[in-house]
Amino acid sequence: MNRFILFFHNTGSPPWFYRFSGKLIPWLWLGFAVLTVIGLYMGLFLAPPDYQQGESVRIMYLHVPAAWLSMMIFGLMAIMGFIALVWRIRVMEVLMISSAPIGAAFTVIALITGSLWGRPTWGTYWVWDARLTSELVLLFLYFGVIALYNAYDEPRKAARAASLMAIVGVVNLPIIHYSVLWWNTLHQGSSIGTSGSGIHPSMLWPLLIMAIASKFFYGANLLSRARLQLLKQDHRKRWVRELL
Amino acid sequence: MLSVSELSFERYFERVFEPVSFEVSAGSLLLVTGANGCGKTTLLRVLAGLLEPSEGELNCRQQPLYAGHNPAIKDDLSVTENIRFMMNFMGTRGNQDQTALCQQVIDKVGLSPVAQQEGRTLSAGQRKRCSLSRLLFCAESLWLLDEPYSNLDPEGIALLDSIMSAHLNAGGACVLTTHGSLRPEGFALQECLLISGRAQNEWTTT
Amino acid sequence: MRGAFLALLRRDFLLAYRRRAELLQPLVFLLVVVTLFPLGVGPSPQLLANIAPGVIWIAALLATVLPLDSLFRSDFEDGTLEQMALSGQPLALIALARTVAHWLVSGLPIVLMSPLLAMWMNLPDEGVPVLLKSLAIGTPVLSLVGAIGGALTVSLKRGGQLLSLLVFPLYVPLLILATSAVSAAVAGLPYGGQLGLMLAGMIGALTLAPFATAAALKLSLS
Repeated sequence: MNRFILFFHNTGSPPWFYRFSGKLIPWLWLGFAVLTVIGLYMGLFLAPPDYQQGESVRIMYLHVPAAWLSMMIFGLMAIMGFIALVWRIRVMEVLMISSAPIGAAFTVIALITGSLWGRPTWGTYWVWDARLTSELVLLFLYFGVIALYNAYDEPRKAARAASLMAIVGVVNLPIIHYSVLWWNTLHQGSSIGTSGSGIHPSMLWPLLIMAIASKFFYGANLLSRARLQLLKQDHRKRWVRELL
Repeated sequence: MLSVSELSFERYFERVFEPVSFEVSAGSLLLVTGANGCGKTTLLRVLAGLLEPSEGELNCRQQPLYAGHNPAIKDDLSVTENIRFMMNFMGTRGNQDQTALCQQVIDKVGLSPVAQQEGRTLSAGQRKRCSLSRLLFCAESLWLLDEPYSNLDPEGIALLDSIMSAHLNAGGACVLTTHGSLRPEGFALQECLLISGRAQNEWTTT
Repeated sequence: MRGAFLALLRRDFLLAYRRRAELLQPLVFLLVVVTLFPLGVGPSPQLLANIAPGVIWIAALLATVLPLDSLFRSDFEDGTLEQMALSGQPLALIALARTVAHWLVSGLPIVLMSPLLAMWMNLPDEGVPVLLKSLAIGTPVLSLVGAIGGALTVSLKRGGQLLSLLVFPLYVPLLILATSAVSAAVAGLPYGGQLGLMLAGMIGALTLAPFATAAALKLSLS
């Protein structure tokens, strides 16, 4: 077996995954802690206030990474769900469903920070702004996946149903996103594009650092959740009994 | 026709039944026995392809016919309409005229007095007969019958036995489950005793 | 394959005919929901005309989702679904046939009844043909996408509410496009783009949704 297939095969085995992720998690937490401290310091103290929005722009360093991550996690859930459905890898099922609460939490964070930012900017906590609205729809999609998982009794069947829902959701997500954008064109233009950035480096760097820090958080949190889930599922199996 | 090795199925991360191996060749009948809850229905659903085996191998030449606990009868359709729909949807063997074939099948299973009645008026035994009528026109050569004797009267049991023996003589094969009291009479049969996976676990831990 | 498709359609029409009283339920539901709006927001003709596209579309959305819970349920519970799944016919075909039947008995009547609703809601005449077109294109999408939800929740005891939670977010783009097409027509603006996008959505749903529904059915049967 070549190395790649072996890695794939091993990752699918819960005991191997348990050991491997156990080694990885401390490093992920460390990365998260270091980057968050740097990012927050840069964002809250070094970066200048916005000339239009003033100090409230600093919410962006929390809001934007949360919003990015909420979309990324849904996409990852669909990919993991696809792998789980096609190859029946239990670790993938567990990873997929363990991602859902984290993704939903980040969506909620994005919504709350968004409306906190909206209060001084628009004078009201909630405006049917295109991006906030599509975050809200994304939250409903997360709720759908989680509710579907909880509605099934058999965990593996539940995970496969949730995976299918995540895939259906991810096909719709860009359509929802663009239709909502189009529905409400009265919103702030996207500041960070692929070609050149309209944002000053002193504000961009903390933003990017916070975005990476949030990914470390996701990784560490996800692996911890997945490990716990696997232990619960396999509590009668020998590898768990030997471990505990 | 069907070969199975070390096959088992997991639910809630436990084996429903301990791994089984057997082979069913043309003209033979396999009787799956075991206590209630030992996974007979689950095994048959795995063999039918509704469930995917968790361990082991399952080799099945062609799609088998599966007759489960649910008789697949629509309450709002008459017996004739129900059978005609099954014929249209699943196909029949040979190129016989379906109207005539349907009449023939209904006569054979003894449902002609209720042929025009709606499904909801049928008794449990009549439902069973109606669902067994598929055996008379289906093209599949491997039959998976889950508790085929339940709810049938002695006459119905004799009818089922005669249908099965004709099928086996024609080179078909049959897997059927029973929880004990009623067994197919006068067949050369293999037997497979299923052991509940959960019971096994309890024995090993205590 | 065509034989099986037609056999299933024929059976579904027969079943719908035997239970024809139930066919009226979604339509009456639609009428009741639309009636509630003038009572709730006041009978001002201008206000009603403004919200008419949204109200009619949301009511149509609710009325299509209502019967979705039973789309596969009776076949699932009496064992017909597993027999059909094992018959060797592709499950996507079964899903498509059920969806087509569902649309013909519950979506099409909604389309046909929409001019009446438009009149009640005081929608200007220019909007009515576009409303009809948008519903004619949109309700099949509602049925096709909703069938995925129906198939995912068919093995659950109470799937109704969960089903709405699953499918309503997916209906967002359709609702936006359809209502804006009608509003554009009323305002005398071009609306071809919205309808074209909806048509594209319908073709996409028609090609992809039956496969997702089939996968969901297979999962529900396991």
